[in-house]
Amino acid sequence: MSHLLPPSILRLVLPVFYAVVIVAVLPLLAGYIVLVERKVMADMQARLGPMRVGPHGLLQPIADAVKLLLKEDIIPDKADRLLFWLAPLVSVTMALLAYAALPIGPAFQIADLNIGLLFILAVSSLGIYGIVLGGWASNSHYSLLGALRSAAQLVSYETAAGLGLISALLLAGSLSMKDIVIAQYDQGIWFIFYVPIGFFIYMVGSIAETNRAPFDLPEAESELVAGYMTEYSGFRWSLYFLAEYANMIIVAGIATTLFLGGWLRPFASSHTALPGTSIELLDALPSLLVLGVALYCFYLAPKQPVKIQKMVMAMAGGLCLIIAGVLAGALFASPAVLQGIHGAFWFLAKVFTYIYFFLWFRFTFPRYRFDQLMRLGWRFLIPLALVNLIATATALLATREWGGSLLLYTLLADAVTLAVAIFLAKNDEVDSAVPVMDGE
Amino acid sequence: MSDPRGTEPSNVSSTVLGADEIILNMGPQHPSTHGVLRVKLKLDGERVVDSECIIGYLHRGVEKIAEHRSYQQFAPYVDRMDYVAAVSNGLGYCEAVEKLLGTEAPIRARVVRTILTELQRIASHLLWLGTHALDIGALTPVFYCFREREEILKIFEKYCGARLTTHAFRIGGLQYETYDGFEQDVKRFCEDFDHKIDEYETLLTENRIWVGRTKGVGILSAADAIALGVTGPVLRASGVKWDLRKAMPYAAYDQYKFEIPIRETGDTFDRYVVRMEEMRQSRLICLQAAESIPAGPIMARIGKVLKPPPGEVYHSIEAPKGELGYYIVSDGTTQPYRVRVRPPSFINLQAFDKMARGSLVADVVAIIGTIDIVLGEVDR
Repeated sequence: MSHLLPPSILRLVLPVFYAVVIVAVLPLLAGYIVLVERKVMADMQARLGPMRVGPHGLLQPIADAVKLLLKEDIIPDKADRLLFWLAPLVSVTMALLAYAALPIGPAFQIADLNIGLLFILAVSSLGIYGIVLGGWASNSHYSLLGALRSAAQLVSYETAAGLGLISALLLAGSLSMKDIVIAQYDQGIWFIFYVPIGFFIYMVGSIAETNRAPFDLPEAESELVAGYMTEYSGFRWSLYFLAEYANMIIVAGIATTLFLGGWLRPFASSHTALPGTSIELLDALPSLLVLGVALYCFYLAPKQPVKIQKMVMAMAGGLCLIIAGVLAGALFASPAVLQGIHGAFWFLAKVFTYIYFFLWFRFTFPRYRFDQLMRLGWRFLIPLALVNLIATATALLATREWGGSLLLYTLLADAVTLAVAIFLAKNDEVDSAVPVMDGE
Repeated sequence: MSDPRGTEPSNVSSTVLGADEIILNMGPQHPSTHGVLRVKLKLDGERVVDSECIIGYLHRGVEKIAEHRSYQQFAPYVDRMDYVAAVSNGLGYCEAVEKLLGTEAPIRARVVRTILTELQRIASHLLWLGTHALDIGALTPVFYCFREREEILKIFEKYCGARLTTHAFRIGGLQYETYDGFEQDVKRFCEDFDHKIDEYETLLTENRIWVGRTKGVGILSAADAIALGVTGPVLRASGVKWDLRKAMPYAAYDQYKFEIPIRETGDTFDRYVVRMEEMRQSRLICLQAAESIPAGPIMARIGKVLKPPPGEVYHSIEAPKGELGYYIVSDGTTQPYRVRVRPPSFINLQAFDKMARGSLVADVVAIIGTIDIVLGEVDR
């Protein structure tokens, strides 16, 4: 594209192009994450999951989307019509806005803000207005309780998750999402190895922020029917739904960028070329992985019971083959193109791995109760995050003052933090006999 | 801070803020009221100040129907009360009528009845475990539980052709002889089932969240439990060792060795532990019984037309949910003059308010689940 347009115009056109791509692709992506979620759930629960619409339910998200769009749009009589209409829009707009600063590849970023991380956190926190307004505007007790729970939960866990993130920020020395990834490239290590406990705290906090099980109290089906979404239906409901999954991808993107090396491939700083060529050994990995998936699809295709299912399965295999071809072709293109395409691959791979953990937790753990959730947040995660922060800072200082390996110092810091964690957990067991509810 | 549980919650914060208590109607259409129970909750924030169970949405007049059917004709109706434990309902009714007739089923019939009833107890407890876990937010155990329950239902289907409302027994014994391989099926299930229970326990018993959600929730003291007439696992979890299978043996229970699990505190966790252990004990009973089913007739000689002598009888059995009693009055005709059922779910549900007061909305669903009600039986 750089050959077609002068750089000054490209600087304006490219972000718009990226924004359009993200807004267009995201709903589809969210739909397919739902399919993956249902498939993973089915796998863990000894059943098959969606199988009817398309082979292995591959067209299910599209059918669901069409169904939601065609559904009757109900606004309860006694609802506050304006706010009822506005609330899901707030949620989904804020969730989409946060993508502006997320670097999917070294060049694939709508805006490289120097306060990128702060921007994402601020904007995605604003999404809570959508939930609170929606819960209030519905004029239903279930919705109101769901909204109240959501607000309290977000305030508590945003703090812990933020403190977890700061430990990685200390190492990066920048708030720009792009610079954070580049810092990991320069230091030759993903920050998760320096601050694993920071990563853990962020992970727990992010599950709570996105209202996923075991912290899905605002929409706890067995208690509050559907929480703040109880009175919503059809398209408005699907906006909330989209916002929830968009937020999941956002928090996964933040974790990927700060802790898992963003768009970098594993061992990004080591360069081992294939003998006789300039192609790096590890750069061949993405195309081989996708090729494997393609072959598996072709292996499954003849086993499908219906002809059309065989065809669609073969098409899925073909699609994977094309992707593998593109990934392989990038190896021979210019380094910028290679980084762009493979960067997006690795970024999405890490994001989906992170989301897989979300799903795994959801199907394994029972739900916390509100007071227990608050106790976990305020009396375990936040103290732990503070200790982790101080320990990491001390490790950094020690490296600067006395020299030596940072990894060694951070290991020591982690050991200290872990000891504190065990102490806090033990302490919590003793205290848990006393419920702390009144006055909260 | 003193323990606010079980005491009147303070209204200080709400009066300062000028907030009112809100009334929340849970049900009759709600994901976790197990059918059409409606619970009216008075809430201060999320804390339950007062609760009221409103029932009757599934009333079908089962007891009245009995007055217009012959004794045999009424037998299938009892299956529709606790429809997840139809076999137990049938056993109670058949034995009650047999007692009224002054007869008893042959020993072979009684042993087969014991096996099927114990399998039904396991199936009922599995359903309870799955839905209870689902209410508390664990999505997966319910599918494992249904997988094993399916095996039990397959045995029922092979025996009498029905899976849910089985009508497995007849007054005086059994309609059908056991099928070839019945003992092996039962034994195979029991042997597999042992480590399946371990599987559920790995998912739940040691889980911090599960323990946090169930320990200390919905405490029912032994005195309260007795005063409210609560029976079954709910009573035993409060520390009262009362099980009709031991206390007043019926069917063939006096022939087998098994333990009555009890716990002390009477909270939701204790009830969970008691039911898990009961499944293990039921498994042992099935194994012992399937080992040696005595030969002999399966039907007592009672004739085709049943005309019990005038009089009345009360007979109760230990159904999966508690004491299931039948009080039958005969006026000497072919139809009962009155049938009164003492359903365990209905009476155990009376303890709900005691357990729920002062707890949180999230606990309410845990408490409904832990009482293990079936609305078909509550409303009849």
